[in-house]
Amino acid sequence: MSPSVVVLDYGSGNLRSAERAIARAGAEVTVTADWDAALAADGLVVPGVGAFAACMAGLRAVRGDQIIGRRLAGGRPVLGICVGMQILFGKGVEHGVTTDGCDEWPGTVERLEAPVVPHMGWSTVAAPSGSALFGGLDAGTRFYFVHSYAVRRWELTPDPAGRIEPPLVTWAEHGDRFVAAVENGPLCATQFHPEKSGDAGAAVLRNWLATLS
Amino acid sequence: MSVAVRVIPCLDVDAGRVVKGVKFQNLRDAGDPVELARRYDAEGADELTFLDITASSGDRATTYDVVRRTAEQVFIPLTVGGGVRTVEDVDRLLRAGADKVSINTAAIARPEFLREAAHRFGSQCVVLSVDARRADVPPTASPTAPAGAIPGSGFEVTTHGGRKGTGIDAVEWARRGQELGVGEILLNSMDADGTRDGFDLELLGLVREAVTVPVVASGGAGAAAHFAPAVAAGADAVLAAGVFHFGDLTIGEVKAALGAAGHPVR
Repeated sequence: MSPSVVVLDYGSGNLRSAERAIARAGAEVTVTADWDAALAADGLVVPGVGAFAACMAGLRAVRGDQIIGRRLAGGRPVLGICVGMQILFGKGVEHGVTTDGCDEWPGTVERLEAPVVPHMGWSTVAAPSGSALFGGLDAGTRFYFVHSYAVRRWELTPDPAGRIEPPLVTWAEHGDRFVAAVENGPLCATQFHPEKSGDAGAAVLRNWLATLS
Repeated sequence: MSVAVRVIPCLDVDAGRVVKGVKFQNLRDAGDPVELARRYDAEGADELTFLDITASSGDRATTYDVVRRTAEQVFIPLTVGGGVRTVEDVDRLLRAGADKVSINTAAIARPEFLREAAHRFGSQCVVLSVDARRADVPPTASPTAPAGAIPGSGFEVTTHGGRKGTGIDAVEWARRGQELGVGEILLNSMDADGTRDGFDLELLGLVREAVTVPVVASGGAGAAAHFAPAVAAGADAVLAAGVFHFGDLTIGEVKAALGAAGHPVR
């Protein structure tokens, strides 16, 4: 049976592409902000474009931060995309204003430093071994990015006792390196847009759907 | 590894149909923008641009339908421009499935429109489309330009397909667009457009120096060898229409030429 996926609708951008791309990858997709539906789905996708502060405000307005927290507490899969990934971090800094994020991971979303910003286009990523999201994809595979902000330092301290599996962090470069994807148990996220990354993005979405139980 | 140079085919759409005849083989309907979009996607296009040239506002509903159907079938970025006049127009196109919306004439009449659109939807989806041509006399800086603006570059912003001048310095206008929050400049050379003699490298270089947002080079593409010099002059992406539609060049040939010149491609 196809897994059920809710794309969280909190007033952010082009949801049609995400809906269609995830459906094409093999899921039953619903676009909604309904609390019960978002908790019940096999997978929750948190999209996001535009400003960090506006996305956080929109997310809180539908209690999306609580939906994400509840799902993760129960080990239920969540996939953040673009700003939907950024808001999972501790805070975002835009135009000198700091906004609190969902704080699932420590870290700061800050402006990219590169000759040309936004980073707009197709870039390669460096995925760690054991990555499920990038399984079966060549190292030279490119994904579509469009963003001016990113997490440039991974700040989560490993569990000293080694009992907690450390997250798998995938990096990309624009100016300097930044976090392109994270796989952390039920919580996954990509800075790029898998729904806009053609066949490569479809493979990532299929890989994520395969992890849904 | 740096970001790949984007190769972007542009389709002119009038009342839901592609105009400027497209001569692909094996197309069921060469006038269907959705089928052409799929074809270019399969050929390796990195992004698609629709330029809506529908004159009648009553027919514009068909544009939203075309965008909707394309976004349902093509999973690469889609930019839509032409006749975008209000924040509501931008909203409608984004909701239909556009990833970016390009704004041209309406911003000349009211530059604040760019700021409003970027503020509401994010810089990443607002493109300033600039139709520039060499001016007979250097234009004066726009009345909206701040003190210390770049002096007359010799390039002027035009409207009506290059037929009407505005007196606005094209390079200064691109810089002002960035200041107002746009995330990309689509730079159309009205001198080079249709000549197939190559992109206007001087114009590209001037705009590249003036802005830090991505610049898309448009106008003049006629041969595979024309694309690498545009990138060397500062283009982050290259857009063409006729050479692709008429089958003179494939996306793959353009990418091969760019790659041979040392530019990363997908």
